[in-house]
Amino acid sequence: MTVTPATPATPATPATPATPAERVAEHLNRALHDLMDAHPDLHLLGEDITDPYGGAFKITKGLSSRFGDRVRSTPLSESAIVGAGAGLALAGGQAIVEIMFADFAALAFDQLLNFAAKSVSMYGRPVPVPLVVRCPSGGHRGYGPTHSQSPQKHFIGVPGLAVLELSPFHDARALLDHALATRRPSVLFEDKVLYTRRMFHHGVVDELFRFEPPAGPAGVARVHLDGVEEYDCTIIAPGGLAHRAVEAMRTLLMEHEVLCELLVPARLYPFDLDGLPPRGRHVCVAEDGTAGGTWGAEVAARLYPGLWGRLTRPITLVSAADSIIPAAPHLEREVLVDAPAIVRAVLGAAA
Amino acid sequence: MNAMVAAEAVPRVAPPADDDLDRLLLIRHFESALLRLFGEGLISGTTHTCLGQEYVPVALEPLLRPDDHTLSNHRGHGHFLARHPGEAGGLLAEIMGREGALCHGVGGSQHVYHRTFLSTGVQGESLPVAAGIALRLRAAGDGRLVCVYIGDGTLGEGSVYEALNMAALWDLPLLVVVENNGIAQSTPTARQLAGTVAGRAAAFGVPYRRVESTDPAEIRAALAAPVAAVRETPFPLIVEFITHRLGPHSKGDDTRGPEELAAARAHDWYGRYAEAIPERFAAADALWRRRVADLVAEVSARPLARWEAS
Ligand SMILES: Cc1ncc(C[n+]2csc(CCOP(=O)(O)OP(=O)(O)O)c2C)c(N)n1
Repeated sequence: MTVTPATPATPATPATPATPAERVAEHLNRALHDLMDAHPDLHLLGEDITDPYGGAFKITKGLSSRFGDRVRSTPLSESAIVGAGAGLALAGGQAIVEIMFADFAALAFDQLLNFAAKSVSMYGRPVPVPLVVRCPSGGHRGYGPTHSQSPQKHFIGVPGLAVLELSPFHDARALLDHALATRRPSVLFEDKVLYTRRMFHHGVVDELFRFEPPAGPAGVARVHLDGVEEYDCTIIAPGGLAHRAVEAMRTLLMEHEVLCELLVPARLYPFDLDGLPPRGRHVCVAEDGTAGGTWGAEVAARLYPGLWGRLTRPITLVSAADSIIPAAPHLEREVLVDAPAIVRAVLGAAA
Repeated sequence: MNAMVAAEAVPRVAPPADDDLDRLLLIRHFESALLRLFGEGLISGTTHTCLGQEYVPVALEPLLRPDDHTLSNHRGHGHFLARHPGEAGGLLAEIMGREGALCHGVGGSQHVYHRTFLSTGVQGESLPVAAGIALRLRAAGDGRLVCVYIGDGTLGEGSVYEALNMAALWDLPLLVVVENNGIAQSTPTARQLAGTVAGRAAAFGVPYRRVESTDPAEIRAALAAPVAAVRETPFPLIVEFITHRLGPHSKGDDTRGPEELAAARAHDWYGRYAEAIPERFAAADALWRRRVADLVAEVSARPLARWEAS
């Protein structure tokens, strides 16, 4: 592996910011407060989302106390609450619906696939449906097979439905605002493990890596080494994987002298790189979903035409095992994506 | 229909049968141990205890045949232990991810399939599956039934009604046990359930029984004939237990106030039996506390569960 001139171990300023950034959960909660405040026509529906409980992951804390019955705890009725969200949107309002665990978004799939996503166009004229369905996703918490999935891939490829993912690089308020402003439905996946992590700010990831914020609210953030223009590998990963990807990049750099950059899109589908060409000679797409019929395959298919002839080897796909997710932590670890899995994939492709 | 098991303001406490007391205490100490283990970080993930509701499956147990099917939910440890008290170690190993686990540690607390017992963590999913199993049992014609447990909150799910409709249309031997503990996670029943459970049963022409008693013998006396009819006719039956959740929904997530919690505790069989049969209770309580402690020690020392991904 070649190491390009700059010495990444001693990055230039900026110095570490004095105040730590907000935790992702606080950031998202504040975004929802701001949105509800800014849009009197915005409604929030979800199971157990009102105070004092404030949602299973506390993301909606304080909202019902402040905004009254625009925020409603609902019965256990995933299909109906997503349908009701579409109805609110159709009738001139806007809606954000929380599904307690992304796994249960499957119960609302008909409302998303056959109604919300279709209604924007199936009546022969554009019909606005400003609806966002928030789905806490992902494993690493030992919750077992029906409470740990990252089902993003099941929602991609639906005409009229955007698939978004929360990221520590993207402003949640701007992302939600943008999603509603498209006047089309979207599903927002939020890795549960991200909630307790901190947002990245001031362009600093850590003492090694810097980042450029996305150009637009749903755009692509780029994590890079200061002054480095050419990379051995470009990793593309959704926000939930960001910390693991950065950890892998650190190992690859320090232990293997492999230079990586990371691209984190907030919009997984429809996918585009927002005018940021990968600068790596190799591309690795990582995701938390299971192998087979993946988001990564879609990304690769989109990238190949533009990168053909420039890549030194095929695009590498990293995903969780083609398996259910076991409850026992030691078994769960075997099937989910961790930083070493990304390291192995990048090194393996280079071998 | 609408028969109601007598509920006195101050319930007379009948001494429990040995078997019942044993099962009740096994479940209570098993789940108390789980909460402790979570507190100590020795179990991860999540757990939902049935503290206060143990008597429901214990009361139903003698009304069920060993080859009846039981479908359970997230709050299923009591449902399992009432059926298979001798396999508490397998359940604990499942929850702790240890060797001897009922499902190799893959399913964990909420996803157990063992003999004719099956649980799943997605609310409402079980009723259609139960209807399918019941259809098969009906075809076999040997009097077996399917007992499916759901909470009041789960009555929000549409699949519950799709399944009830089929069960009534197809004369299925399906016993639906609604454990109405007045709350779903954090949402009081009054804020998530319109109308009544009885009204919903009536809408499908399905017989309904409401149980307020916490006394196993009394409950059995009221339910023996209707449950027998589920097998013999066959036809579905909905039994609603008015019950109380003593603990948090899962762990440390109880937002109920002190009065509400005190009201729930007032219905607890544990304190009542301790008062009514002090010596016998203390001896049994100590016995099961020790047995469960031994079980926890034994299972904790086992190697981790092994599972070959298929
Ligand atoms: C389809 C689905 N939606 C939401 C949940 C999350 N959840 C688990 S238990 C529960 C409350 C269930 O309430 P109830 O049916 O009354 O049973 P209880 O917990 O009171 O025993 C919720 C919302 C789930 N497991 N499945």
